[in-house]
Amino acid sequence: MSHPVGEAGARGKDVRSDCWVRVEIRDAGGVEIALRSKVMSMYGRAIREQAERGLTALGIAHAAVEMEDAGAVPFVLDARLETAARRALGELAAEILPDRRVTPAPSPRDRFRRSRLYLPGNTPKLMLNAGLHRPDAVILDLEDAVAPAEKDAARCVVRNALRVVDFGGAELMVRINQGERGLADLDWIVPHGVQMVLIPKVEDPAAVRDVAARAAEIAAAAGREEPVWLMPIIESSLGALKALEIATAADTVVALAIGLEDYTADLGVQRTREGTESFWMRGQIVNAARAAGIQPIDTVFSDVADQEGLKASVLEAKSLGFDGKGCIHPRQIAVVHEAFAPDAVEIDKARRVVLAFEEAEARGLGVVSLGSKMIDPPVVKRAQHTVKLALATGLLAENWREEATS
Amino acid sequence: MSELVKNAAGRMVPTEVNGTPQTPFQGVGEFRPAGRKAAAPIARCTDYPADGDKRVGSLREALEKCGLQSGMTISSHHHFRNGDLVMNQIFDACAEMGLKDLVWFPSASFPCHAPVIEHQKAGVVKRVEGSLNGPLGRHASHGHMRGAAVLRSHGGRWQAVQDGEVHIDVAVLAAPTADAFGNATGDRGPSACGSLNFGLVDSLHADKVIVVTDNLVPFPCVPWQIQGNNVDVVVELDKIGEPEKIISGTTVLTKSPDRLLIAELTAKFMRATRYYREGFSMQAGAGGTALAATIYLKEFMRADSVKSRFMRGGSTKYLVEILEEGLTDYILDGQTFDLEGVRSMRENPNHVPTSPFTSYNWHGKGNFASMVDFVVLGATEVDAQFNANVVTHSDGLMLHGIGGWQNCLAANVTILPIPSFRDRIPVLVDEVTTLCGPGELIDVVVTERGIAINPRRQDLLDDVAGKGLPIRPLAEIKAEVEGIVGGKPDKPELGDEIVGVVKWVDGTVLDAIRRVPE
Repeated sequence: MSHPVGEAGARGKDVRSDCWVRVEIRDAGGVEIALRSKVMSMYGRAIREQAERGLTALGIAHAAVEMEDAGAVPFVLDARLETAARRALGELAAEILPDRRVTPAPSPRDRFRRSRLYLPGNTPKLMLNAGLHRPDAVILDLEDAVAPAEKDAARCVVRNALRVVDFGGAELMVRINQGERGLADLDWIVPHGVQMVLIPKVEDPAAVRDVAARAAEIAAAAGREEPVWLMPIIESSLGALKALEIATAADTVVALAIGLEDYTADLGVQRTREGTESFWMRGQIVNAARAAGIQPIDTVFSDVADQEGLKASVLEAKSLGFDGKGCIHPRQIAVVHEAFAPDAVEIDKARRVVLAFEEAEARGLGVVSLGSKMIDPPVVKRAQHTVKLALATGLLAENWREEATS
Repeated sequence: MSELVKNAAGRMVPTEVNGTPQTPFQGVGEFRPAGRKAAAPIARCTDYPADGDKRVGSLREALEKCGLQSGMTISSHHHFRNGDLVMNQIFDACAEMGLKDLVWFPSASFPCHAPVIEHQKAGVVKRVEGSLNGPLGRHASHGHMRGAAVLRSHGGRWQAVQDGEVHIDVAVLAAPTADAFGNATGDRGPSACGSLNFGLVDSLHADKVIVVTDNLVPFPCVPWQIQGNNVDVVVELDKIGEPEKIISGTTVLTKSPDRLLIAELTAKFMRATRYYREGFSMQAGAGGTALAATIYLKEFMRADSVKSRFMRGGSTKYLVEILEEGLTDYILDGQTFDLEGVRSMRENPNHVPTSPFTSYNWHGKGNFASMVDFVVLGATEVDAQFNANVVTHSDGLMLHGIGGWQNCLAANVTILPIPSFRDRIPVLVDEVTTLCGPGELIDVVVTERGIAINPRRQDLLDDVAGKGLPIRPLAEIKAEVEGIVGGKPDKPELGDEIVGVVKWVDGTVLDAIRRVPE
C-alpha cells in the first residue's frame, strides 16, 4: 500500500539558508525525522523539535520526514514542512503559522514609494536582510519570479515572511498572480500584514474591483482594520487605453504602475534604452494617475551593473512625472532615492512656500502669499512633498525651520 | 596530553604540546622573552661549488643531499597558495625514500595540499605545524594527526623560528625565478607570485635550504628576495605552480549586497574618525568585504583630497590603482594576490615587498603593524567582550589559518567588518569557540545591522557621534540576530582530546582546540 508523499524546498551544493523536506504520511508508527543539516551540532535539536511542533499543528500524527537543511531560519523550515505536507495530502485546513514577530507601522495612502525592491517569493534567503537597504517598499513576488510549479511553496514562504521578517519600515507589498490564482493568493497575505497588493497585467477595471472586494472580505473575516492598498500594473496597449478607469476602479487604489515588456510586444517593437517606443504609454500612465489623484510609478531598470544608466533612467522618469521606480537589486535603492531627491533650487523654493503657508495658517489667514505672489493650494501641497523628500534624503536638516529663520 | 591550566584569558590550555613545554598566555604585552636567538649552523663557502652552480637533478636528490631523515622538520612558504605544485611532489619523494614521521612546517596550507592527508595516514608525515585550511584542517579537527596542530600567526611563525621553538631541518622554497646559485625572486616568471618573503626566515634559519624553480636564469637573478648565499641546492622542474590558482579566490570583490553594505559602512566609519587624515595608513585583508571597503574609502579619499602615506597589503589590483592614482605614496606588500599586484611590485619602486620580519615580528625592535592607523580584518565569531575567532567555525572545525590577523591587531584602529550571521549561524556569540584575538585589541565590529564600538575606545565613540552612522551596542545587534535565527545555537559537543593550540604572537598558548566528533 502506498503512502502519500510530498516534497518541497531546495537542496544541493549551492543552496544556502533554505531546506528541503520530504513528508511521507503513514497510518501508524508516530513521527520519524531523518535530518541532515549544515548546522547540525548547533541547531539539530531545535530543528527536530520545530518539525515535531509543525506536524502537530497540521494534525499529522504518523509520518516519515526527511529534511536536508542548509541553514534555513525557522520561518523557512515551517514553510517547507507545510508545503511538503500539503503536497502529500492536497488541501489542508490547518497551517503552521509562525508567531508574528513584527508589527509594521501603518502605511499612509500617500507615503513615499520612490523605490520598491522586488524579492522572488520562493527565495527566502534574499528576504532576510532586504530591509537593511532601506527601500521605501519591498515586493514579495508571487507572479513572474516564481515558477508555476512552486506557486504554492511561494505563498507559504511569503505568508511567513510577512509575519516574521523585519523589513525595516518598508511598505509590505505582494505582487499576486493574474486572475483566479491571484484572488486565491489574497487568502495567504491579507490576514498576515500585507499593506499593498500589486495586480499584474491589468486590462480591465473589473479585475481591480474583484481584488478590492475579495481583499475587503478576507480583511473583515480576519478582523483586519487597516486598508489593503492596491497598485494595478498596466502592461499592455489595452490596459493603457483604459488607464483612467483602472486608476479609479476602487478607492483603495493609491498608485498606478507601468510594465513595458508585454507592451512593446503588443506594439511589435523592440524595447530600447532610449524608450521612445513607450513614450506615449508612460505619459498616459502619468496622466491617468495624476487625474485620479494617485501616484504614477515607473518600471524597473534591469541592468544591475549600470548605476549611471539607472540614475539617468530615474531622472527621466522623474521628469515625466513618475514618483517611483522598481529595483531588482538592493544596490539600486540609494541611486533611485538620490535621483528622486529634489535639487537645491527646488528645495529652497519649497521651504519658503511651506514657511509662508505655516505663517498664514498661524495667523488664521485664508490666503498664502510669498512676496507679492499668491500661492495656490496645489503649490503648497507640492512644496510640502518636496520638503518631505528633502528630509528623507538628508538634504534638509530636521531643524530646517530654525535655520531658515535665523 | 599534558596538564591543563587556565591562562590569563581564562582559557584552559596545555602546559606541554607535542612534547615541548609551553607558557600559557599571560596577557597582552606581558610575556618577556630572554636568551639569544637561534641560528643556522656555521657554513663554509668552500664547501659549495666555486662556479656557483648548486643544481641537482631532482627533488629526491636535493633532499638526500640535504640529509633529510625520518622525524625531521621540513618547511615551505605559501606564496603559491592553492596553486602549489611543489610540496606534494616533495612528500611523494619522501615516501619513495622511505622516510617517516616528518613534521611539515608551512607558512600556510591550502586545499591543494589534501594529498598530504594520505602521506599522513601512511606515516610519512606525522603532523602539520602551521595554518590549516580546508581539508587538512578538517582532518586535524577529527583527531587524525599524530600530535596537536600548532596554529601561529605569520609573525608568530617568525618568532618561533627565531627563538628556537621550532627548528627547521630542511626548507623547500619554491621560486618563480632563480639562478643556479640560489638567488630567487617571486616577481617574475611563469609562476610569478610577487613576494617570496614568507620564506625568508626559513632561508635564514634552516639547517639546509632548497630552492625549486621552473624559470632558471643565468646568475645574477635580480632582485634577490632570497639570497643564494643562504641556499644549499637548486632544483629545476618543468612547472612549480598553477598561475591561475596562485591568484587566490579570496581576492574577488564581493557582489553580495549585504557585504557591500558592510563595506560601505566600514569606509564611512573610517572617514568619520580623527585618524582619517592626510598621511594616514591602513591595511586591509584580501577578503571580498575588506577589498570593497578599500574601494569605498578610495572614493572618499578622492572626494576629500586626503592622501595616505602607505597602505599595507595583501596587494591586489585595487590597491595598485590607489597607488597609481597617487592616493597613497607606498604599498608595503606582505603577499601579492593578483597579477596586477605582481606587475606593480616588479615595475614600481614604491610598491615594496615586506616580510613578517619588518611587519609582524615579536622579536624585532619594533614592527610596522603597530604603526598602522586602520586595519580591516575578518572573523568567524566575536563575543560580547570583542574577543574574536578566526580559525574555527562555530561547530568547532579548524578551517582557516590565522595569517597575519593576530599581528595586525596591533594597529591603532582594528575593524572587523563581518555579517552578523552566516546562513543560520550567529557570528556574534556569548563566548568564542576558539580565542584568537583578545577583545582589548579589537575596536570596532561592523555588521550589516549596525556598527559596535568597543567601549574602551571613547575617542572613536566621540568621533563618530552624531554623524548619522548606525552605532549600536554589540549586545543589541546580537539579540536582534538571535531573534532572526531562532535563538542561540547549542554548544557543539566536542571531544576531550586537544587537537590543536592557538599561539599568541609572543609564543604563549592562547587557546586549545578540541576534537570534533565525525
